[in-house]
Amino acid sequence: MENDRITRQIQIDADPQHVWDALSDSEQFGQWFRVKLDGPFVVGETTTGKMTYPGHEGVPWTSITQVMEPPKRFIFRWPDIKQGEDIGPNTIWMTVVFTLQPQEGGTLVTVTETGFAALPKEQGASLLRDNTEGWEIQTANLKTHVET
Amino acid sequence: MSKLDRALVFAALGDPVRLELLARISDGGSITKLTADLPITRQAVTRHLRILERAELIVSQRNGREMRFVARPARLIEAKGWLDDVAQQWDGTLGRLKLLVERKKT
Repeated sequence: MENDRITRQIQIDADPQHVWDALSDSEQFGQWFRVKLDGPFVVGETTTGKMTYPGHEGVPWTSITQVMEPPKRFIFRWPDIKQGEDIGPNTIWMTVVFTLQPQEGGTLVTVTETGFAALPKEQGASLLRDNTEGWEIQTANLKTHVET
Repeated sequence: MSKLDRALVFAALGDPVRLELLARISDGGSITKLTADLPITRQAVTRHLRILERAELIVSQRNGREMRFVARPARLIEAKGWLDDVAQQWDGTLGRLKLLVERKKT
């Protein structure tokens, strides 16, 4: 099992610019992600909305845009919360990275989601008090994940 | 499996020493065997074992004077199942992105 990271890829028969438009434009994003977003993706800012995914209609969407590097990289963070749960100081934030690579006749899209090993602040402090050594390695892993 | 349990499992697995320890425990072994030729102190090993135990990836059993550890694959399987679910959701989402972009192009 790959730790703390999910990676999926898909080949799209269109150039990176077309893929980028569908990714970075919040209205187009909403069409395939099945979410109605209230505004655009802006680096450093929060985007809110409501899911339109069948069975999850109306579930709030929150994301914070981290990186927009057309037509290559789009990174945002979103909270790992259950339906009806509010975002609080103990909320775990996952990082989602979309990477576009030009390929002959199309674009290779890679998505990675990281942050599964992050512990809520409150519990994390007590659970890992005697584990600073291991935790530092873990944080370093996470950092490499996020930065690559 | 709660979110915290899940995070504990992934955090526990996110360390090369603990992965090695878990592999050795799966093969069966006493704490003496576990620590053999590891480049860290026995105290450090104990700390790592405690983390694995908290994540319920192993259980300890006292056998006379010696402590034995047994692996619990159930936790690993659960975590793996959860990862697979999330991966599947992403496959569906990416599939819809592909459809939209390719349809638009033509």
